Amino acid sequence: MSIVDKVGEPKVIEKQALFDCREAYSSVLEELAAQDQRVCAVINDSLSSARLKSFKTKYPDRFVNVGIAEQNLVGVSCGLANSGMIPYVCAASCFLTARSMEQIKVDLAYSKTNVRLCAMSPGMAYGQLGPTHHSIEDLAWMRVLPNLTVIVPADPVETAAVMRYSLLHEGPMFLRIARLPVPRVHGDDYEFRLGKAVRLREGSDVTLIANGLMVCRALDAAKALEARGISARVLNMSTLKPLDHEAILDAARTTRGIVTAEEALAAGGLGGAVAEVLAQQHPTPMRILGVPDVFAPTGKAEFLLEHFGLTAAGIERAALELLAREG
Amino acid sequence: MKEMAFKDLTRPVDRSQWLKRQANWIRLSAMTMTNHAQLGHTGGDLSCADILSVLYLGGILRVDPSQPLWPQRDRFILSKGHCAGAFYSTLAAKGFFPVEQLKTFMDPLSMLNGHPDRKALPGVEANTGPLGHGLPIAVGAALGARMRHESWRVFVLTGDGELQEGSNWEAAMTAQHYGLDNLIVIVDRNRLQQGDFTENTLRMEPLADRWRAFGFSVAEVDGHDPEALLNRFSALPIASGKPTCLIAHTIKGKGFSFAENKPAWHHGVPTREQLVEAGRELGVEVNW
Repeated sequence: MSIVDKVGEPKVIEKQALFDCREAYSSVLEELAAQDQRVCAVINDSLSSARLKSFKTKYPDRFVNVGIAEQNLVGVSCGLANSGMIPYVCAASCFLTARSMEQIKVDLAYSKTNVRLCAMSPGMAYGQLGPTHHSIEDLAWMRVLPNLTVIVPADPVETAAVMRYSLLHEGPMFLRIARLPVPRVHGDDYEFRLGKAVRLREGSDVTLIANGLMVCRALDAAKALEARGISARVLNMSTLKPLDHEAILDAARTTRGIVTAEEALAAGGLGGAVAEVLAQQHPTPMRILGVPDVFAPTGKAEFLLEHFGLTAAGIERAALELLAREG
Repeated sequence: MKEMAFKDLTRPVDRSQWLKRQANWIRLSAMTMTNHAQLGHTGGDLSCADILSVLYLGGILRVDPSQPLWPQRDRFILSKGHCAGAFYSTLAAKGFFPVEQLKTFMDPLSMLNGHPDRKALPGVEANTGPLGHGLPIAVGAALGARMRHESWRVFVLTGDGELQEGSNWEAAMTAQHYGLDNLIVIVDRNRLQQGDFTENTLRMEPLADRWRAFGFSVAEVDGHDPEALLNRFSALPIASGKPTCLIAHTIKGKGFSFAENKPAWHHGVPTREQLVEAGRELGVEVNW
């Protein structure tokens, strides 16, 4: 049951203040540590970027800094889980995924270890620092690993809800925590349900499926489409894995096409995952928005999002093209 | 196998002989498994058999096969996961699962994968195979003991060539920084890696000095002498507040004289005739 079913109409809060989701993640992490002695944090010299100064002060005995050593970072967290702890590994997504890939595969995914990877500043959040620091490959890399749950929260409300959920989850998780400011798209009564898309807006012409910071942009695109007389459904597909096949197939059956949008490579991430479902079960016209097969040029994050059309206008344009082509 | 138990033996010489016999059984068992699967890691299985025998059967590791996940257990992590044949034989000898099960080594859907899988097999702490994974995991488990105010210890067995992986040295720095004296790294120093001798491939020496430089208390020991191993393992840590590294000098292929010190036997497969011949040398019978 989506929020729409529950309350009768989409519960979308108008764009107001913007939030850095790291604040929500770190405050809930402290809450979890207070609640459960097994919760610990493991970092790679990422104290301030992972917003853990306060955690370290409050729980110095449950805080491990392995230094700038990402293979070790994930291996140590696997050992902590073996000892019965519940480690939250908090590190920049670009280094955490690329440098620790084999440890994530073997020590966590293959071993079904109870470790939570909190991947900070993903996508192009590091802007001008360039492709070395961008993490646009992470969704493709993470979602192909068996046993690994992959979640991309859309706003601080969902980030907090996912963090609270994570304490109870069995097995390894990858949480992509946004640094670029986003508005709230969920109400205070939001309940996270693993593997369930959140229908933020009803629609019958086209479906916009997004995750992370693209969700609020998809909602804006839906409003713009509405002004043109086009009814767009918006799904927040925050759980990339396990994927909500039902919501995707329902969208394919009841609307004329699907546009996906993610702040990641267009190859292999959310768009790829949706396309895999549709190609095999219900071939449906699609547009996949993301970073094309290039490394980003120099520029601030917001500039790069514009550059690659990862905006409300870009989503709107893709939907219009899709509908025009499909008549 | 069933005879007087290790704990009933009082004279060191008897204990030592008993452990040597167990190690030889592990050797022949591992090689029989390799012959069965026509696949395995012969040289390394044979070099670490005495170490495994002393740790598991010589009463060093506080583990309970009837409760493999007993929270206070000592952790043993086989970082050189390719030496699964010797490891599985040891776990079976210890009673983690029936010895009969060894006959399924690498068979379709067997619990005994070519590399250990903790989800499938009791007694396995970590899924290893790619090199350089065991030490970071061991460091985490040792840190966990501290966080939980528990007194368990973490033993990790690495190959020597394996130490070429940088992740080991990342983990060593962490172990030093946190003063993990509940961590014991055992290096199976058989001086060979897959392609050649370690010193011809990428020089490891001065290995003991390297570990010392990384803040470990280091001791060198004859990795085929049960008494020497027992004595070392019974006096841990070497120094309070410091992680321990034991460099166990071993012979790759030990006990199968035709395989000893020969790079080609890294994953050579012994024939039935060679098994019988080795069994005669080792004083153990091929039992399947």
